[in-house]
Amino acid sequence: MGFSSPKLAPGRAVGAAADRVLPQFCIQCGTCSVVCPLIEYMDHSPRVLNAMLTAGRHEDVLHSRAIWVCTSCYACTVECPKQLPLTESIYALKRESLRTGTYPRRFITPVLARQFVRFVNRRGRSSEAWLSLSLYLRTRPLQLVRYAPVALRLMLRGRLRLRLDSVRNPAQLRKVLDALDATDVTTTGEHA
Amino acid sequence: MSYAYYPGCSAKGTGRSYEESLRAVFGALGAGLDELHDWNCCGASGFPAVDAAKAAALSARNLALAEDARPGAGPVDVVAPCAGCYRALLKTERALTGGGEMAARVTGALGAAGLRYDGRARARHPLDVLVNDIGLERIAAASVRPLGGLRVACYYGCLLVRPHATFDDQRAPTSMERLLAAAGAEPVEWPMRTRCCGGSCYCGGPLIGALPEATLRLSYRLLKDAQRRGAQAIATVCPLCQFNLEAFQRQMNRTFDEPIDVSVGFFTQLLGTALGLSERALGAQRMLHWRLPDPAAAQGGAHVRA
Repeated sequence: MGFSSPKLAPGRAVGAAADRVLPQFCIQCGTCSVVCPLIEYMDHSPRVLNAMLTAGRHEDVLHSRAIWVCTSCYACTVECPKQLPLTESIYALKRESLRTGTYPRRFITPVLARQFVRFVNRRGRSSEAWLSLSLYLRTRPLQLVRYAPVALRLMLRGRLRLRLDSVRNPAQLRKVLDALDATDVTTTGEHA
Repeated sequence: MSYAYYPGCSAKGTGRSYEESLRAVFGALGAGLDELHDWNCCGASGFPAVDAAKAAALSARNLALAEDARPGAGPVDVVAPCAGCYRALLKTERALTGGGEMAARVTGALGAAGLRYDGRARARHPLDVLVNDIGLERIAAASVRPLGGLRVACYYGCLLVRPHATFDDQRAPTSMERLLAAAGAEPVEWPMRTRCCGGSCYCGGPLIGALPEATLRLSYRLLKDAQRRGAQAIATVCPLCQFNLEAFQRQMNRTFDEPIDVSVGFFTQLLGTALGLSERALGAQRMLHWRLPDPAAAQGGAHVRA
């Protein structure tokens, strides 16, 4: 068909086992760092993160902002010549840093991730308006003034939905999510 | 022909004109969209950062609901316009049909709530449906008001083609260019079209701006490059990209040297324009910055407010 085939085999993108292969197979070529669009905002580049993991500096990686700057655009995953599931392993590191409380405390994205999960757990849906408002109030209330004009322009055009949506059957969704708590194999469980 | 439709949160809020123009375009081409009953959040990129299995379960419930609404043995195509939702559904679909420990846990959790996913429901992006199901010939024939050589930069962003490319090339996709060319536009060559817009996709809402300075800079680079390549408009496939590229142009002009002035809309709005649909039907009045040269005024270069 002339289309390049996806690099990840079906099912490989999700799963804890795949996350662990990262350091020992990395050849330090730096392709991930070259294609990463957010590298200039990271404290360690993706290549250096891999080097740190190889060198046993796992703790430092968990404390880094870099993993929380990753927007999971998958550019590194697609370009990695060793086909390492880099983005998924950063997701796994994010989860571990939340679980172990080693995430950077003064950084916004871990707060956002948990806030978002709390929203979705409660209502089954997110709210752009209320989620961002609660996040700004929590982390940088003064910035609200800066974004007020954009918010107002959106509101005037009917693009700022203030109604809090919920799923109609929250009990069903609750059952699905609770069932996963029951089979969770991680020792400390996941915090939301 | 009718598809199951998963809107996601942004299509009901900041990306409202995406839903409006999508429905209008599908309607004009005789394709139905049945909104999924009681859909829940896709999990975006926030949920997988906290709990991978629950993130998969969120999309699994949506896929199960889609199958439930269409009993039988045939495949159920779930159209998801937001690239983030599309990717979340696709990732889950692959994880659950691929087997393994996580698949077993999620399937078990669905069962606990009386739900079941058989692997019939599959994620489809409307771009894929328009190009590969409906077809460019039909679209060209239905384009009663062709775009008159409008120079469009087609922006795919990250998650439509990564990590899984399902209907187009991962590095050099062409579906949107071919589609809008069939509608009379003249796509510009734009290598940055799959580069991240700055990713507020963190958690299913573009307003959030987790790292505003990063988003501003990354989006500015995209806009500047598209503008230098002569683009009069940018077509997007994701409500978050659309928002990032559209909403902060004023701030960009205060922050960076090169002034930005490009219309940024959804690809469905441009296609709908060619199909002769009204501006209101396409949600054009909701845009912050949407000025297209009137194709009827031909080479005059007169800008009309659309």
